[in-house]
Amino acid sequence: MSRLSRWGLRKSPWAFHLNAGSCNNCDIEILDALTPKYDVERFGITLIGSPRHADVLLVTGVVTVQTLPRVLHVYEQVAKPCLVVAIGACGCSTGIFDGSYHVVGPVDKVIPVDVYVPGCPPKPEAIIDGVVKALAKI
Amino acid sequence: MKTTIPVGPYHPLIEEPELFRVVVEGERVVDIDWRTSYMHRGIEKIAESKTYDQVTFLVERICGICSTSHPIAFCNAVEDLAGIQIPDRAKYIRTIVAELERIHSHLLWLGLAGHYIGYHTVWMWSWRYRELVCDLFERISGNRQSYAMIKPGGVRQDIKPSEYRGIVAALDELEPKINMFIGAILDDPVILARLKGVGKMSREDAMQRCTVGPVARSAGVDIDIRRDFPYAAYNSVDWKVITQADGDVFSMAVVRLLECLEAVKIVRQCIDQIPEGELVTEIAEVPVGEGIGVEEAPRGECFHYIRSDGTNHPYRLKVRAPTFANLPSFRSRFIGERVADIMIILASIDPCYCCTNRVMRMDDGTSVRALDEKSLLELSWQRTRELDAHYVHRPRRLLEL
Amino acid sequence: MDPVKALQVRFPRGIGDILERSASRVYVGIDASIIKDIADFLFNNLGARLIIMSALETRAGMEVLYHFTFDRLGRIVTLRAVLPMPKPSIDSITPIIDGAEYTEREIMDLFGIEFVGHPNPTRFLLGDDWPEGVYPYRKEFHGQYPYRTEEETAAMRDEILGKGAK
Repeated sequence: MSRLSRWGLRKSPWAFHLNAGSCNNCDIEILDALTPKYDVERFGITLIGSPRHADVLLVTGVVTVQTLPRVLHVYEQVAKPCLVVAIGACGCSTGIFDGSYHVVGPVDKVIPVDVYVPGCPPKPEAIIDGVVKALAKI
Repeated sequence: MKTTIPVGPYHPLIEEPELFRVVVEGERVVDIDWRTSYMHRGIEKIAESKTYDQVTFLVERICGICSTSHPIAFCNAVEDLAGIQIPDRAKYIRTIVAELERIHSHLLWLGLAGHYIGYHTVWMWSWRYRELVCDLFERISGNRQSYAMIKPGGVRQDIKPSEYRGIVAALDELEPKINMFIGAILDDPVILARLKGVGKMSREDAMQRCTVGPVARSAGVDIDIRRDFPYAAYNSVDWKVITQADGDVFSMAVVRLLECLEAVKIVRQCIDQIPEGELVTEIAEVPVGEGIGVEEAPRGECFHYIRSDGTNHPYRLKVRAPTFANLPSFRSRFIGERVADIMIILASIDPCYCCTNRVMRMDDGTSVRALDEKSLLELSWQRTRELDAHYVHRPRRLLEL
Repeated sequence: MDPVKALQVRFPRGIGDILERSASRVYVGIDASIIKDIADFLFNNLGARLIIMSALETRAGMEVLYHFTFDRLGRIVTLRAVLPMPKPSIDSITPIIDGAEYTEREIMDLFGIEFVGHPNPTRFLLGDDWPEGVYPYRKEFHGQYPYRTEEETAAMRDEILGKGAK
C-alpha cells in the first residue's frame, strides 16, 4: 500500500458497523462514540452506510446461523485492505452464548480479526482505543 | 402496481435478508411481515442448563437497552415461584434502578427518532444528556449498561447513602433538559407535521393486537404493570400513568417524555423514603412449580414464565420481551402511510436499533435498484426539508396579503 | 364475576384442574378441543389481554400455555392444554386474536406443534437454512446445530470469499 493511501487511511478512517447478532449494548456504545461527550468525528472517524467504502469494519455480537452468510457477504464487499475490529465479549469469544444451537461462533471463526475489544459492553473510550490500535497496524 | 421493499440488515444486493417485508403500491404501504431470526441465540434453551443466579446475567443480555427490565421480571418470577417477599430496601433500590433506566431508554429513543426525521441536533443533545444517567449508573453499579444490580431475592449491590446527593444532583440537572425537549417538540411546526397523524392506531386496534407499554398508552389503552400488578416500591410512591388519545407517533413521543418526568419524580421520592435494612431474602430451595413475573420495561410489559422441577436449574424459561407484543401493531400502523415515513414508524415502537438498518427496493422484479441506509434516511430527511420550506415561506405569504 | 368462575359456568365440561397459586396467578387446565371458544369468551366477552403463549414438553405430553391477563383486576389466568406426542396439534386462535399470530409461528418453529387454521404458518424464528423437522426445544434435541460443523463453516467461507482467502 502506498504511503499516501496509508496516510489517508490513518487520518480519516471510515467505519462500517455490522451487527452479527448482538444484544445492542455494544451497538449503542459505538453510536455513543459519535455523540458530543466522545465525539470521534473530530478525529476523522465517521460511520458510513455502505460497506464498499469502509476502511474499518466494526463487528458486534456473536455470529448466529442466520447472520453467518450475511457477515461473509459484507466482508467480501468491503474494499481491502480493511481492518476488522471485533467488539464486545460476544464478538471476541461467544461469551455466555457458548453452546447454543443457533450460534456459529465468535467473529474470528468467520472472518479474520485484527483487534479485539472485550467488555460487556466496552466503553466508548475502549472502542476508540481499539480503532486507533487497528490503525497503528497499518 | 405493488412493489415489495424488504427492510433488511445488511447487503443491498441480496434479496433475502429482510427483517421486515413491506409491500407498497405507489408511494403508500399496503402490507407488512417480518422475520426475527438474526438475533436469535437460543437464550431460553441455554437457561435450562444454568442456575437461577446465572440466568439473571443471561437474561440481562437479551436486550442491552432495557437491560435491567429482564432481570427484574425474571426475579419477580422466581420470587413468585418460591413465594417470598424481598426486603423493603431492595424494593426501593430496584425501583430507583428501573426508573433511571426508563429515563435513559426514552432519551435514547428520542435521539434516534430525531435522527430518523433529520433533526440531528435532537439526537446529539438527547444522547448527551443521557450520558448523565449512564455516568450515574457507572458510579452506583460499575457499568454504564448491564448493571447487574438485581438477583433473585433482592439486589446484588447497595446504593450507598453517600451516593444519594449525586443522584439528586444529576436529576436536578436532567429535569430542566427534559422540560426543554418537551417544549421544543410541542412547539415545532415541522415536527408536528412529521409526527402528528403518522402511524395512527385506534384504541380498538391496540387492544385487538394486544399492544403494551407506551404504544398502547398513546392510543388510550390505560394499562401499566407498575399499577396493575405492583412490584418493587411502586405502591409506596406517588406517580401517575400517562396516556394520550391519538395513537400516532406524536402521542408516543409525548407519552415517553412525560414518563421521563414521572420517573424523575419517582426516583426523588425513593431517595427520600428508602429505609435501612437487608438487601436479600435468601432462597434456600426453589420448590417444584411454576412462577410468572411481569414488569413494566421502558417499552412495555416484560413477561417471564418459569417451570421448576425442584433442582437449581429452571426446567423451562419463557421470555416475552415487550417489543414482541408491539410488532403486530405494525399492520394497523403502516397501512396507507408514505414510504418516507417507514423509518419513523418503525422507530416509534422503539425496537432494537439493529432492526432498522437497510432497505432494498425492487421494481416488479425486473430491475434492482439498491438503496443503502443513508438513502432511506434521505427520503425521510427530504420530507422534513420540504415541510420546513413550507413553514418558512408561509408567514411571508400572509404578510403579502 | 371472577373470570375463572365465569369460565366454569360457561364451560362446565371443558375446564379441568384449577390451581390458584396466589391472588394474581391462576392456572386452569382445559380441554384442547374447545380452545377457540374459550379464547373467544375470554378475549371478546370478558375483555382479557393475551400476553403470550408458551409451550413446554413434559412426560405427560406437550403443554401449551395461554397467558391471559385482566389488567383491571390484577389477575393473570393461564390456560393449560396438554397435547399428545409425537404429533401435537391444536386449533389456532389467530383468527380471533390478531396478536397471537407471531407467537404461534414461534412455537411452530421451536416445538413443532401444528396450529390448525393459522393464516401464515411460515418460518419465523429459526434461520433460513435450519433443517425442517428439527425442533430445538423438544427434549429429544441435544447439543449444537447439527449441520454447521467446522468443515461446513470453512466451506461456506471458501465459497463466498474465494478459495484460500484468509
